[in-house]
Amino acid sequence: MKLLLKGGRVVDPRNGLNETMDVLIEEGKVLAVDIAIDAEDARVLDVSGKAVLPGLIDMHVHLREPGREDEETIETGTLAAARGGFVAVACMPNTDPPLDTGAAVRFVLSRARETGHVRVLPVGAITKGLGGAELAEIGELRRAGAVAISDDGRAVPNSRVMRHAMEYASMFGMPVISHAEDVELSAGGAVNEGYWSTRLGLPGIPSAAEETMVARDIFLAELAGARLHIAHVSTAGSVELIRRAKEKGILVTCEATPHHFTLTDEAVAGYDTNTKVNPPLRTARDVEALRQGLADGTIDVIASDHAPHTAEEKEVEYELAAFGMIGLETSLALAVTELVRPGILTLGQLVERMSYGPARILGLDWPGIVPGAEANITVLDPDASFVVDPAGFASLSRNTPFGGRRLFGKAVATVVAGRLAYVAGAS
Amino acid sequence: MPLRQKDLLGLEYLEREEIELILDTAVPMKEIFTRDIKKLPTLRGKTMVNLFYEPSTRTRTSFELAGKWMSADVTNIATSTSSVVKGENLKDTARTLEALGANFIVIRHQMAGAPHLVARTVKASVINAGDGRHEHPTQALLDLFTIRERLGRIEGLKVTIVGDILHSRVARSNIWGLVKLGAHVTVCGPRTLIPPEISRMGVEVTCDLGEALADADVVNVLRLQLERQRKGLFPSIREYSDLYGLTRERVDKCKPGVLILHPGPANLGVEITEEVAESPSAAVHEQVTNGVACRMAVLYLLSGGGKPGEIAA
Repeated sequence: MKLLLKGGRVVDPRNGLNETMDVLIEEGKVLAVDIAIDAEDARVLDVSGKAVLPGLIDMHVHLREPGREDEETIETGTLAAARGGFVAVACMPNTDPPLDTGAAVRFVLSRARETGHVRVLPVGAITKGLGGAELAEIGELRRAGAVAISDDGRAVPNSRVMRHAMEYASMFGMPVISHAEDVELSAGGAVNEGYWSTRLGLPGIPSAAEETMVARDIFLAELAGARLHIAHVSTAGSVELIRRAKEKGILVTCEATPHHFTLTDEAVAGYDTNTKVNPPLRTARDVEALRQGLADGTIDVIASDHAPHTAEEKEVEYELAAFGMIGLETSLALAVTELVRPGILTLGQLVERMSYGPARILGLDWPGIVPGAEANITVLDPDASFVVDPAGFASLSRNTPFGGRRLFGKAVATVVAGRLAYVAGAS
Repeated sequence: MPLRQKDLLGLEYLEREEIELILDTAVPMKEIFTRDIKKLPTLRGKTMVNLFYEPSTRTRTSFELAGKWMSADVTNIATSTSSVVKGENLKDTARTLEALGANFIVIRHQMAGAPHLVARTVKASVINAGDGRHEHPTQALLDLFTIRERLGRIEGLKVTIVGDILHSRVARSNIWGLVKLGAHVTVCGPRTLIPPEISRMGVEVTCDLGEALADADVVNVLRLQLERQRKGLFPSIREYSDLYGLTRERVDKCKPGVLILHPGPANLGVEITEEVAESPSAAVHEQVTNGVACRMAVLYLLSGGGKPGEIAA
């Protein structure tokens, strides 16, 4: 059946669109983008007053299946993604077993076909068992459908292994996604090292634990002549290192999370373990640098690092609590509230950071909202205001520090390959 | 004026007036020491549980005596450090203690914020007896009490805290209390044991002990955890002692009448010599006595007691 998105403002900078237009979709593809389309046989979605965007991609998500289906499954995680306005998610390989074999990647893709609500893009492991020692069969991972490789959750401590991973992955056109952390500097840490770690008596993780590894990986990318993507950049120093590397022409990209560009380490003050995340929440100066980096394009991508954990893993002593917070259902709203409404990003730039940016890094064919293209579209109501209620999340987990916070910007429809994966108000 | 909160989690969370109320209340409590029968009926029928996840002799005994002298029923639970790592759930333990009728839970835990978790879980009053490197409020209260008793005031005094500031909950609680009561605080120790941005808590920082001692009215010497040396935070006990040990020679250069405190147990000959610890300048044993009085005051006020004058004779 045809689907007609009627009366929305199409914001698609790559196709030069920022005007009120109708979008007609049939058989998975965009059939027409025009003023006042009439299609009697189409299901019509009145999206007047809303923004019609190229489908958003969250390139850093933990779906936890296989292994921790009590935290999240491919089904629940992708439903959360659809509700959050994402047409695709890249899922990290630190599952149990990890995605370090072709079989594991094929399992995820098969489960995604059976139960998924949005497209799932598996990220394969850099090293066998995420052990940091021996390269995984990266060619096999690629053949199975992996879009990138990463040992996310852990750094690759051995510089030689990281170098070879970059060289080897470049044969398949895949980026290496770096979780940049010097584990000797961060060992035992729970929060950002600074005034709040001192005041709260919690062991700190210095900015340098991230920055030394960002610097190392930039040098290795230069040496390997290969593509590097730095995950969850959290410090002003990292942004500056990446900015300079880009000026030198090194093939580095990076992402920032909504929690890192919204919250500071002061949020830890009440020992709420939902604020415990790796890398940790940093200072106001770092938040400012991330916002600047997002504005000037040093930071290519906004990604959530959606990391579901059960209440049992969080309702414990702060130092014992698991790292990570969920983000699929708050990411877009935080970007709208914290970046678009204050004028740091235009809606067009938001599309770059949340759609074209990740698509380019992951090597997706992503032509945007043009006739003939696969119809991957997010409809956003940028003015819709709501209070975050974790109890209503589609995610199996509730570990967010944003509960009770008033945000602006709600996905009202998510179109995945022409299919309505989510539409507001429908059950 | 009673305390505003049901718990005592740290001096960070108290107003100056509340700290002074506790210190004022501890004065008549200390008077009980001179009595033949050390017993007040205040907490009769109340149950106090000492939940200690770290070994402690003096703090636990001090709380135990404070509870008993106020007629509470007191139980001690010593839980080894390893059981936390094995996954014993603190919330579950707290609920169990409440189900057993605990009115007061006194908790010592190796992790910062553990008492806050317990306080959020139960209706009982939770007293922090030391949480990781965060706070040890009753230790700071007894230090404040001792300073006030010896020197007559706190406002305007220069207080130097020497040692492993980074890992010290005693230092943090002392800083909160002293700064709120108007003292000038300097922290001193090797650079590797000074936590970042501690000056924002309102203190001066120096790594030079001579400078830190020069015009101090009070010197609070912290216990050095000897295992820190193995983590590479300082090269040897010998060098630490050489740079930061409080010796007779160093005390002789201090102002006359300088007051020396140590929370105990001391590594004699490391951070302080026995000669200094046992000298008239030091108040190590008074601190222990005052600790019971201060803890009685805290229990009294948390149980709803009002002005010090109302304490039954």
